[in-house]
Amino acid sequence: MAIWLNKDSKVIVQGMTGATGMKHTKLMLGDGTNVVGGVNPRKAGQTVDFDGTEVPVFGTVKEAIEKTGANVSVIFVPEKFTKDAVVEAIDAEIPLAVVITEGIAVHDTAAFWAYAGKKGNKTRIIGPNCPGIITPGGSNVGIIPGDITKPGRIGLVSKSGTLTYQMMYELRDIGFSTAVGIGGDPIIGTTHIDALAAFQDDPDTDLIVMIGEIGGDAEERAAAFIKDNVTKPVVGYVAGFTAPEGKTMGHAGAIVSGSSGTAQAKKEALEAAGVKVGKTPTETAKLAREILSA
Amino acid sequence: MDLFEYQARDLFAKHDVPVLAGEVIDTPEAARAATERLGGKSVVKAQVKVGGRGKAGGVKLAATVDEAVEHATNILGMDIKGHTVHKVMIAETAPEIVEEYYVSFLLDRANRTFLSIASVEGGMEIEEVAATRPEAVAKTPIDPIDGVTEEKAREIVEAAKFPAEVADKVVNVLVKLWDTFIKSDALLVEVNPLAKVASGEVLALDGKVSLDDNAEFRHPEYEELHDKAAANPLEAAAKEKNLNYVKLDGEVGIIGNGAGLVMSTLDVVAYAGEKHGNVKPANFLDIGGGASAQVMANGLEIILGDPDVKSVFVNVFGGITACDEVANGIVQALKLLEDRGEQVTKPLVVRLDGNNAELGRQILTDANHPLVQRVDTMDGAADKAAELAHAAK
Repeated sequence: MAIWLNKDSKVIVQGMTGATGMKHTKLMLGDGTNVVGGVNPRKAGQTVDFDGTEVPVFGTVKEAIEKTGANVSVIFVPEKFTKDAVVEAIDAEIPLAVVITEGIAVHDTAAFWAYAGKKGNKTRIIGPNCPGIITPGGSNVGIIPGDITKPGRIGLVSKSGTLTYQMMYELRDIGFSTAVGIGGDPIIGTTHIDALAAFQDDPDTDLIVMIGEIGGDAEERAAAFIKDNVTKPVVGYVAGFTAPEGKTMGHAGAIVSGSSGTAQAKKEALEAAGVKVGKTPTETAKLAREILSA
Repeated sequence: MDLFEYQARDLFAKHDVPVLAGEVIDTPEAARAATERLGGKSVVKAQVKVGGRGKAGGVKLAATVDEAVEHATNILGMDIKGHTVHKVMIAETAPEIVEEYYVSFLLDRANRTFLSIASVEGGMEIEEVAATRPEAVAKTPIDPIDGVTEEKAREIVEAAKFPAEVADKVVNVLVKLWDTFIKSDALLVEVNPLAKVASGEVLALDGKVSLDDNAEFRHPEYEELHDKAAANPLEAAAKEKNLNYVKLDGEVGIIGNGAGLVMSTLDVVAYAGEKHGNVKPANFLDIGGGASAQVMANGLEIILGDPDVKSVFVNVFGGITACDEVANGIVQALKLLEDRGEQVTKPLVVRLDGNNAELGRQILTDANHPLVQRVDTMDGAADKAAELAHAAK
């Protein structure tokens, strides 16, 4: 089952013909993802060969959907053009758009998020500045390495790419239903809460690991949501206890402003909601292991 | 990027938000000509990106040109809450203030939109007003697509209960301020105080602006707004090399891949440090995915050049990037530095996990560099790096 993505998902790649798009389309195909097309108006009608798999290029997202039945788009276009690419995906009403591109101006993200709302939120947006989503053994959309772990019963939602990989690696013998990287930008489409709600309803998920980091109050709001709505066990990890105030730590949204957005406050909020929070990624994995073997 | 007051003033002026005249100087003598241009009196204001400069003596009224020079002499070089004053603004003296208001536009992360905050009780920190008299603060969501039209501005003015006689003027300021916010790709534009003066005019007397670094690609003018004087020299050097580096005050140098993993590494090192003389991380450095030997060398060079660093922890999880490439990168980076004639004397603890970790570890073992130690878990490697830093302290 998993959430949002499975082996039947038909995936198109906006920006497939660029260097990053080419590299990751090849990797996604290698992981068994059903990539049915690319989008580039200047190369429409051509096909691209990926180790023997011919992938057609379409002029628009709309055309790609009409011709292939695609229901997922992954976006690798450069940051200057990302807003237009997401707006195009929204206009075509594709059910899931995964925005990998990093360095997007927050006004652009605010604009496409507002646009999605005006169009009735028919498109779920994951990202921007995220590693994507993987349902091991089913489909892999984005840049998460496909060979870290196997299918299993843990659901993972994380603001950070490398911490997603680290956690999948720590628990690789147990396996994952779906892992979602939601990104660390100040405005993101899919949130911790969206993923928690989906994992709660997913019969293939027994335990949820939630990874947060400094900045904003998404973790605090997720904690409130867990308290009222999540009955499955949740294990948490928060990065950035040692981050100084007022300094952006890599991710555009990872900043402690005054007394708000601290890792300590997030940890306390999660613990108050009954979430076990690990001090390190390894300890967090251990907590998950203990719950699953109890 | 947060702007100085004078930069915010210039930006407001450019977008027709009403402001007083002012110019920035960095020598006491320049205060003379600037004050003369303002008719012989001025306000001398320290330019620091921290609140409370008035109380610290960083804002002085000069009734004469000589007084302006005297104040500028005293204020330049002053330390205000750890910020050295490198520049002062010579501003036109404010006409008699009748009332002080507050207006701002900002990013509302929680609601994934923009927000207007307005209050007729300006002049102090808005957080303070919001805490003590929440009913005096009007928060109005702004749709990023629809923006602030005159109609929307009127809605804000009514919500905040601005007096009728200034309503039209505040509406005008709000529309212009929104223009500033959108056209500059700002995360925050704040006017405090927005003052009604004796003549009935409404003026932006002080302001804060924060810009989105991710939008620099469409704003070449950002380049000259960067505060090069205040940047830590190591941070400046890292920026030159496109490295994502933040200087911290500990002893363990950190290199890792991915912002989340590096933040986590800092935490794990700080915990480990509790057992080893309280050593702490010396920096944040994310070399990103696909780190080449060149990037690794650049990163190591910055970190080894930090006199506070006593040991280095390289923490890499190989995702798409394979650990054998990373290991080769480390070996080549050390060689590159030695070829450049740099004495590498600080111990490195390296933890490699993930894609091709075994191959990567073998490369480090074979290279047998006297300063490099391999520890295969993140927590174990953090402990070793902390121990080595403590021993060298």
